[in-house]
Amino acid sequence: MKAKTVDKVATSVIVVLALFIVVLLLGLLGFILVRGIGQINWHFLTSAPQLLKGGGGIGPQLFNSIFLLVLTLIITIPLGWGGGIYMAEYAKPGRITSFIRLVVEVLSSFPSIVIGLFGLLLIVNTFGLGFSLLSGAMALAIFNLPLMVRTTEQAFRAVPKEQKEAGLALGLSKWKIITSILLPVALPSLITGTILASGRIFGEAAALMFTAGMSSPPLDFTDWNPTSPRSPINPLRPAETLAVHIWKVNSEGIGPDSKEVAAGASAVLVLLVLAFNLSARWIGRVVYRRMTASK
Amino acid sequence: MEQTEGGTVMNNKLKPRRPLREKHYWEEWTGRIYTSICVVFLIVVMFSIVYFVASKGLSTFFQDGVSMREFLTGKTWNPTGEPAAYGALPFITGSFITTLLAALIASPLSLCAALFMTEIVPGKGKKILQPAIELLSGIPSVVYGFIGLSVIVPLLRSMFGGAGVGIAAGCLVLSVMILPTVTSIMADALSALPKGLRESSYALGATRWQTIYRVIIPTVLPALLTGIVLGMARAFGEALAVQMVIGNAPHVPTSLLESASTLTSVITLSMGNTTMGSVHNNALWSMALVLLVMTFVFVILVRLLERRNRV
Repeated sequence: MKAKTVDKVATSVIVVLALFIVVLLLGLLGFILVRGIGQINWHFLTSAPQLLKGGGGIGPQLFNSIFLLVLTLIITIPLGWGGGIYMAEYAKPGRITSFIRLVVEVLSSFPSIVIGLFGLLLIVNTFGLGFSLLSGAMALAIFNLPLMVRTTEQAFRAVPKEQKEAGLALGLSKWKIITSILLPVALPSLITGTILASGRIFGEAAALMFTAGMSSPPLDFTDWNPTSPRSPINPLRPAETLAVHIWKVNSEGIGPDSKEVAAGASAVLVLLVLAFNLSARWIGRVVYRRMTASK
Repeated sequence: MEQTEGGTVMNNKLKPRRPLREKHYWEEWTGRIYTSICVVFLIVVMFSIVYFVASKGLSTFFQDGVSMREFLTGKTWNPTGEPAAYGALPFITGSFITTLLAALIASPLSLCAALFMTEIVPGKGKKILQPAIELLSGIPSVVYGFIGLSVIVPLLRSMFGGAGVGIAAGCLVLSVMILPTVTSIMADALSALPKGLRESSYALGATRWQTIYRVIIPTVLPALLTGIVLGMARAFGEALAVQMVIGNAPHVPTSLLESASTLTSVITLSMGNTTMGSVHNNALWSMALVLLVMTFVFVILVRLLERRNRV
């Protein structure tokens, strides 16, 4: 009898604590959305921030975040997918492979601030790129690569062996098999993994403070010459992203409405990350259906 | 006779294929070289991070003559004073205390969530909790900092008085941040457990809790600890969320409600205000080196635990 009572007590404790996590999440999301969603309007999303007086928006920051994400993906996709393909298809079990695995593991455990500092030292100062979108994208690429390599490897390993054997039986080269047989099959999970990683890139701030910088020059959205310093698409200009902006407003905001700006920007950031997560699933499913002709 | 015939047949078939075979080799090598370059790049990046951070961080001791003992055990941090003091002990203790407390709060919660998903209501529990965990891990750290600043800090202030910022606020924020990491690793470990183990325990007449407590948890303990260590690694390196709520006072904290600093929060705040190459700046790099060393400690711990898990 006693064992049964203990069992009941333990079960209810576990259930209560597990539900507490769900309540916690709902509370967090509710808080962010309730506090922030009232701030979001077209003016807030498009206008430049005001340092001293109220009424500023997050337009440049939002644009910088998206542009930085695109730049980072341009760097990470070829490198990360390539590395993952090596690990899944070329690496033979042995010392070298387990060493590479260790490198990936260490690289993914480095704190993002250390990667930011490394970027400051090497990319910003030694390479002379300065505080710029490109420096930020490179730092984020380092931050993102190990994750990308791991998801790519998993995606390729999940492809049924028969597919590869069929290709070998046709006498195709290994690279041809990878690019024309395995890649299409692995693509849905590659895309899902990449979008999920993008959500992480989007919210990252510590690695960017020392590489992309903490301020944006006044942008001129009519100037699309990539070399002009006020052009939004110039990759060599400093850029403050949405996440960095939230940090800055919270820790040194002096405007009268800095709390409201932080709340609104947080809501925008969380909504975008949510959109990333949902679209990752949706796009993955659609691509899978296209590629495999299954329902 | 037959052999030579077969040989001639093969030769006849091979001859027109020569150009195709060359294309074949070419393709083979493109793939091999391209993917190898990607992997070599990863290795180069890792080693250059270690090299650059270490060379900067060690120059505090070898060039500027700050003693390593003073840096690791000195209690006063006053880089602008006369004489300047570079004791980083307050930040090191701050980092360790917040990390340990965060793990202490998050681990039981995570364990319960993982058990709920795998043991109590396997199908349904997973449907409710899995998305919650994924969403929690998707929330960016600055947003956690913002919530900490606008909910936890005022709450602590009204409950215990004082400023509200401090170790307690820092570890509460961190514990929520590491919750998803720890939970998902624990849940993976639990669901990878062979089914027979549970069933034989139930067959002996054990209750569910007895099964969990006496059979399941001892079996997967190394994996559960792996989850906790990875969570701690995340907490140790987290910078901005902690910096926003911990108060950033440079002394060894004596109470949970006192304002304190961590290694990451000091680096975040001071790195931009010091000139490259100054002793103050190099001391900050030494702190980054401490973070780097701790990363390796965490990785080694995880590897040791995984080895135990395999046996």
